[in-house]
Amino acid sequence: MSDNDPQSGKQDPDEVEEAARTRAETSPVEEQSAAEAPAEEAAAEAPEDESTAEALDTTGPALPPEHPSRRGMFGAYDGSGDTTGYGRLVVRDTNPVRGGSTPRPWPEELEQLGDDVSAALQEAGSTDADTFEKVLVDRGQVTFFVKREKLAEVARIFRDDPLLRFELCMGVNGVHYPEETGRELHAVIQLLSITHNRRVNLEVTCPDSDPHIPSIVHTYPSANWHERETYDFFGILFDGHPALTRIQMPDDWPGHPQRKDYPLGGIPVEYKGATIAPPDERRAYN
Amino acid sequence: MSQQDVTFTPAGDDTDDPYAGVRETTEGPVYTVTGQDWDDVVGAAAAGEERIVVNMGPQHPSTHGVLRLILELDGETVTEARCGIGYLHTGIEKNMEYRTWTQGVTFVTRMDYLSPFFNEAAYVLGIEKLLGITDDIPDRANVIRVMMMELNRISSHLVCIATGGMEMGALTVMTNGFRERERTLDLFELITGLRMNSAYIRPGGVAQDLPPGAVESVREYLRWMWDHIGDYEAFCNENPVFKGRTVGVGYLDLAGCMALGITGPVLRSTGLPWDLRKSQPYCGYETYDFEVPTRDTSDSYGRFRIRIDEMKESLKIVEQCLDRLEPGPVMVGDKKIAWPAQLAIGSDGMGNSLDHIRHIMGESMEALIHHFKLVTEGFRVPAGEVYVPIESPRGELGAHVVSDGGTRPWRVHFRDPSFNNLQAVPAMCEGSMVADVIVAVASLDPVMGGCDR
Repeated sequence: MSDNDPQSGKQDPDEVEEAARTRAETSPVEEQSAAEAPAEEAAAEAPEDESTAEALDTTGPALPPEHPSRRGMFGAYDGSGDTTGYGRLVVRDTNPVRGGSTPRPWPEELEQLGDDVSAALQEAGSTDADTFEKVLVDRGQVTFFVKREKLAEVARIFRDDPLLRFELCMGVNGVHYPEETGRELHAVIQLLSITHNRRVNLEVTCPDSDPHIPSIVHTYPSANWHERETYDFFGILFDGHPALTRIQMPDDWPGHPQRKDYPLGGIPVEYKGATIAPPDERRAYN
Repeated sequence: MSQQDVTFTPAGDDTDDPYAGVRETTEGPVYTVTGQDWDDVVGAAAAGEERIVVNMGPQHPSTHGVLRLILELDGETVTEARCGIGYLHTGIEKNMEYRTWTQGVTFVTRMDYLSPFFNEAAYVLGIEKLLGITDDIPDRANVIRVMMMELNRISSHLVCIATGGMEMGALTVMTNGFRERERTLDLFELITGLRMNSAYIRPGGVAQDLPPGAVESVREYLRWMWDHIGDYEAFCNENPVFKGRTVGVGYLDLAGCMALGITGPVLRSTGLPWDLRKSQPYCGYETYDFEVPTRDTSDSYGRFRIRIDEMKESLKIVEQCLDRLEPGPVMVGDKKIAWPAQLAIGSDGMGNSLDHIRHIMGESMEALIHHFKLVTEGFRVPAGEVYVPIESPRGELGAHVVSDGGTRPWRVHFRDPSFNNLQAVPAMCEGSMVADVIVAVASLDPVMGGCDR
């Protein structure tokens, strides 16, 4: 780590640019390490705007950026009277979902899949760069981050192209990342090809302020209930869904329970004189 | 519908029951019938169009729990069928975000209560994949996992056949099915301590090694099952009443299954031998010798036959498991992940074994630290997301496990086969008789605990 204070948060624009250039030069080293240890290093390449001054240190791979929300070691930094100093430790953000594309080469069967996807898109008059924000290979699974407006089209190609033939949509699921400004809500779609016996994930993001994602029900009727469930739990509106209503919660339920800003609820429980706080108020180790 | 559209008139002068009366709507008068008020309805029915909407469930004994079927009837024929679900939603996925990774097992085992070991296995395999320790799981743990899952497949199919038979009036199938299932649950109780909701498969292995006498009990059970599994076939296979109720009922062909994402016995009843244990093996299933039974009738009868055949295959797998049980650890070697303690019966009941207490209190400071940290704080799982599918008795059970690098799951979502497969109810039931709806739904084998989570 360099001498620059990583927590200062203020940077000269020139410095950032230079950092970006330095990172680009050192990237082959990073690629190699990323291929070797995807779990730890895949996120080493951060989006440019989050790159901090540590990148200037060219002696080794750059540290991942600071984690947007987690700090310290024992969750003891916000008013709990922490005197250990551990509360000020910086947690690094290694989440590949927030990182960049995984550089090739990928594992062999995923290479094949990647080539097939490129070929299918080309046939449909499109390219990878037009269609995907990034492609993530992690733990032997590939996730295509599809640009929101392209989703319906991509789903159709993935189902119908003879190279791909993803006949089954296994589900649509939401994930809420409140720290990712502008892309808080993610929808993850799992596809399965019985013809080629392989799987792929499609991930789409949308901001909280505009929670619209195109529906894929017209391509995959099985996504019907899954999209309703994702709407129910996350408030993502699937445009073009035939009847987007709640499915698990009652029709008049306020809010969307799986979002991170929706409290778990619960009351303290008294047992043998001691009071146990509800689960969401207990100490969280992060 | 706005307030102006609805004018409510009580059925009688002296009654004010909002659930029994006639309402004027934009579609004409709507009669809400709850019984003993047929005079009103008969008059209306005689006057013209008769369209009856029946709420079957959520407290109907033949809908396998709290499934609500909304049927539109024309006489005895179902013209439209829709499912209402969510009556058993318990917020398990939300709750898990406030517990450690290990504690999550206790929650997932309660989702699909007929196949707890599959829920646990899908979740735990997801965690292990995120941790990157899939290949480090000891052989013995994997063999025990496979054995428990296959025993569980038998008990789950038995419930499906038993309740399905009962709904058709085959009461002996029900009593026999529950008798055999109870023997399976006895094994679970012997091995895990609990008949259901065992929380037995844990991240890194299994909670506890097999107790003394377990192998002999399983062998005894296998003998019993081989003796009795033929009864179901003798009762049903060529029974004209059974065939009359099931053959051609609940028809869903391959194209329908593909479009609706249907997996499991329903998909295999169309003739496609798709079984994740064969096609995308996990837990070492590729090393076991078994067949994937299929039928090509695409109906409830074929699904019944497939379930019986699958139980026989499961018995074969369990037999192979017993043969390859070698002594060894049942938990991964990494002390920063493996749950430290094994339980033992002491003078004051079940608790940490005295050997373990002696070890952490008297011998090893590191062991004490690991115990304390793992039990209070839990282990951290590197950030990322995986989707891990396994073949549950009802089809593909997928766990989408998301970590943000903390000691708690960021998000866990289960793609439960019951949830997905219930989408096929309209395709299977519309145009058939009301009685066939029961058979069709029973052949899907939905479990609402898994469906609603």
